[in-house]
Amino acid sequence: MQLDAKIPGGPLAQKWDRHRFELKLVNPANKRKFEIIVVGTGLAGGSASASLAELGYNVKTFCIQDSPRRAHSIAAQGGINAAKNYTNEGDSIWRLFYDTVKGGDFRSREANVYRLAQVSNNIIDQCVAQGVPFARDYGGLLANRSFGGSQVQRTFYARGQTGQQLLLGAYSALMRQVGTGKVKMFPRREMLDVVAINGKARGIVARNLITGEIETHTGDAVVLCTGGYGNVYFLSTNAMASNVTAAFRAYKKGAYFANPCFTQIHPTCIPVHGDYQSKLTLMSESLRNDGRVWVPKNTGDKRRPQRIPEPERDYYLENKYPSFGNLVPRDVASRNAKEQCDMDKGVGETGLAVYLDFEDAIKRDGKEVIEKKYGNLFQMYEKITAENPYETPMMIYPAIHYTMGGLWVDYNLMSTIDGLFVLGEANFSDHGANRLGASALMQGLADGYFVLPYTIGGYLAGTPLEEITTGHSAFKESVTSVNDSVEKLLSINGKRTVDDFHKQLGHIMWDYCGMARNDEGLKKAKGMIQQLRAEFQENVLVPGSKKDFNQSLERAGRVADFLEFGELMIIDALSRQESCGGHFNEAYQTAENEALRDDENFCHVSAWEFTGKDKEPVLNKEELKFDNVELTQRSYK
Amino acid sequence: MTKTINLTLKVWRQKGQKKKGRLETYKAVDISTDMSFLEMIDVINEQLTLEGKEPIAFDHDCREGICGMCGAVVNGRPHGPEKGTTLCQLHMRHFSNNDTIVIEPWRSRAFPVIKDLAVERSALDRMIQAGGFISVNTGGAQDANAIPVSQEAAELAMDAAACIGCGACVAACPNASAMLFLSAKVSQLALFPQGKPEAAKRAISMVREMDMLGFGNCTNETECEAECPKEISITNIARLNREFYKAGFFSAEK
Repeated sequence: MQLDAKIPGGPLAQKWDRHRFELKLVNPANKRKFEIIVVGTGLAGGSASASLAELGYNVKTFCIQDSPRRAHSIAAQGGINAAKNYTNEGDSIWRLFYDTVKGGDFRSREANVYRLAQVSNNIIDQCVAQGVPFARDYGGLLANRSFGGSQVQRTFYARGQTGQQLLLGAYSALMRQVGTGKVKMFPRREMLDVVAINGKARGIVARNLITGEIETHTGDAVVLCTGGYGNVYFLSTNAMASNVTAAFRAYKKGAYFANPCFTQIHPTCIPVHGDYQSKLTLMSESLRNDGRVWVPKNTGDKRRPQRIPEPERDYYLENKYPSFGNLVPRDVASRNAKEQCDMDKGVGETGLAVYLDFEDAIKRDGKEVIEKKYGNLFQMYEKITAENPYETPMMIYPAIHYTMGGLWVDYNLMSTIDGLFVLGEANFSDHGANRLGASALMQGLADGYFVLPYTIGGYLAGTPLEEITTGHSAFKESVTSVNDSVEKLLSINGKRTVDDFHKQLGHIMWDYCGMARNDEGLKKAKGMIQQLRAEFQENVLVPGSKKDFNQSLERAGRVADFLEFGELMIIDALSRQESCGGHFNEAYQTAENEALRDDENFCHVSAWEFTGKDKEPVLNKEELKFDNVELTQRSYK
Repeated sequence: MTKTINLTLKVWRQKGQKKKGRLETYKAVDISTDMSFLEMIDVINEQLTLEGKEPIAFDHDCREGICGMCGAVVNGRPHGPEKGTTLCQLHMRHFSNNDTIVIEPWRSRAFPVIKDLAVERSALDRMIQAGGFISVNTGGAQDANAIPVSQEAAELAMDAAACIGCGACVAACPNASAMLFLSAKVSQLALFPQGKPEAAKRAISMVREMDMLGFGNCTNETECEAECPKEISITNIARLNREFYKAGFFSAEK
C-alpha cells in the first residue's frame, strides 16, 4: 500500500493553520450524535477524552487501572518543554522544532514536529488555567530548567512530579466531563481487539478485569492512547501493566506498526540488583542539570568514590562533549555509560553503573537549594538503595524507558485503519529515532488537547458511517477469537509461570536488541524468540479461571503478544542497515563511535504490515522529506 | 551487601466481595533484604502458582510510589511501618529474620474488597467528579504568566497536590473518613487565583458527595497524616473547613 501521510502543502509554519481551515467541521448540534471510544487515560487519552466531551461528542473511555488517574504518565518526573522563551535566551517555535528533529536523528516527520512545537505554548497555558502547580520564581511567574539536547531552559516543572501534576490536570478535566455525563468511564477494562466493519474501526472488545466478562462496545471512531511497549524487555521503567496488546491487536487487524526497533534507553536509572527485581526506577534527567557523571580513570578501581581523588576521576561526558557536557541527549549519554562499563570502569557491586555526583553542586548552591529542586528524587533513591545521595554519589545505569516506535499515523493521527486514531507514545510520529527529555509530556498533551479534537471532526464530517450494533458478525467473530485465546492460555497447564517466560524474553531483547545491536546477534535472537514462543504455547502455567479477577491470566495475554511483537522489533532492527538515535547497529558508527546514518537508503519510516500468523510481515516505506532543515551528523561537542 | 531473611506471612484471602475471607499462613524463605515488599509478594505468588494454587491478588502498577495503585495494611498500618512510604517503596531491610507479618486489605465500608488485597476505590473518583477541578475548557486559556501566583502559595498547593489518591488516609482513620484526600484537592485549588470563582461551590458539593458515599467524619485523630505516604498535612483539613464555612456563610451556594 502507498502510505499517504496527508501532510498539508504550503510553507512549514503555515501548514497546521491551513489544515485546520481545510478540515471539515461537525456543527455543535451534530457532535452529540457521535460516539467516540478512547482507550487509555494517560496524558493523551485523558486530555483527548475531556476535550472531545467539551466539544459535545459522547465519549466512552476505558482504562486498565482502577482509576483513570493512575496511568503511567503519572510517573514522569522532570518536566514538559514549551517554546515560551520566558527566559529570554532566544528560544522560539523554530528552535524547539529544530532541536526535536535533530534530537530524533532526522527520522521524524518535519510537519508533525513543527506542529508539536507550535502548540507547546498552548499546553502550558491550559495546564496553568487548570491549576497545575508548576514551579515559580519569587515574582510569581513560571520557572524553567534545562533538559538534554537543548541549550536553552525551556522545561516547565512541578518539583520531580511533573507527569503526576499534568496527568491530574487532565484527569480533573476528565472527571468534570464524567460528572456531566458526556464521558462514560470504564475502569478495570483491557482492550483485546479492535472491530473493523467495511474497513472502518467501529468498536472494541474488552475484558472486564473484575468479572472476566468479555464486553463489546460500538463507536463511530476509536482512539488508542495505550502507551509504549518498553515492557517487552521485562525490566524497564514502565509500570507493571504497561503493554503492547492494544496496539499489537490493532496491527493484526490492519494498522501498520512503524519503526518498532526505535526504543529509548534512559541513561539515569537505578542499577539492577537481583533476579527477583520487578522493575527499574528512573532518576530524572533533570538531575543532569547539577549532577556530574564520572567513572574512575583507572580500570578496576574499587575504592569508595570519596577515596578517589579528583585527578583520578574521568568526567567523560564533560570531556568528550564540552558544549553540551552532562546534558547530551539520552541515547548519547546511555551509549557512553555502556562504553565506560565495557572498558571495566563501571562501579558498584556489579560493575554496571556510573556515578552521578552532586558534591560540587551542593558546595556551589548549598544543600537547601539542591533539596528544593530534587528532594523527592533523592528520597526515592535512598528508599531503594539505602544510600544517601547528599553524601555519596548516586550510582546509575541506563534502562529501557520509552518507545519512539508505534502504530503508523498520518498527519491527522489516523492509522492505516480508517477511524482508528493513535495518540501519545502509542503512535510513532514525533520523536524519530530518539526522544528528547521533557518532550513525551508535550506530545501526549498536544495530541489530546490540540490535535485530535480538530482532526477527528474532519474524519467524522467527511465519512459516511452506517448504523451498527454489537450484534454485527464482526463483533461476534472478534469475541469468539478473544474467548478462544483466553481459553487456550488457561488450558495449557504447563510447568513454567508467565513471569518466567517474560524474564527470559526480556534477557534476549536486552542482550541482542538493546543499547547496541549487530546482525549476527539479531538473527540469533530471532530464532531464540521463536523457540521461546513455541515453548510458551505448550508449557505456560496460568492458574485460576476466566470469569474472575485473574491477574496471572491478564499477564499471560500480554506476554503472549510480547513474544510475537519482540520478533517484529528484531525484524525491523535487521532491516534498518544504519545507526540512528536509539538504534545503534555496531557496523555503522563514526570514527568517534557515534551513530552513523545512511540518509540515502534509510531516510524513511518503516511501517510493517501484518500478513498472517507466523508469516513474515511486509515492509512499507514512508519517505521522509526534509525541506526546512539540513541533514547533518548530530554533534554535541 | 545483600542478606536474606525468613518470614511468616499471614495474608487475607477472600475470593470475592460477597465471599467470606480469612487469614492464610505462608512461609517466605530466603527473602533478600534489597527486595521491595511487592517483590516479596511476587516471589510468594510464583511459588503458589507452581504449587497449583491461586496467587494472592493485589493491586500495583508503577512500583515507584506515584500511581497510588498499591496498598495494604501491614501489621495494622497502611503501607507498613516506614514513614512517608508506599507499599511498593517499602523494602524488606526494614524487617527482621523470623518476623511474622500480617497483610490485610484497606479496611473501610467505602472500599469493598474485590479479591484478597484488591479493593474498589471508585468513591475517590466520585468525590473529584463532584468538584475537584477548575471548569476551563481546552483552548480558552490566557497566557500562563498572566496569572502570577506567589511562590509560597504555589509551594503549599504543590504540597497538597502531591496526594496520590491511594486511600491510606481512609484506611488509617478510625472513622474511615476521606477528609485528608478531599481537603488536599480543595486546598490545592483554593490556593490559586484560578480556583477562586468556584471555591464555594467546590467545597460544598465535594463535602456533600463524601457524606453520601458513606465515608465517616473527621474527629481530629490525625492518623491520616501519620500514615499518608506523601505526608500530606492535616492543615489542609483546616483549610477545607475554612473554605466550607466561608461557603456556607458568605456565598449563595447551597
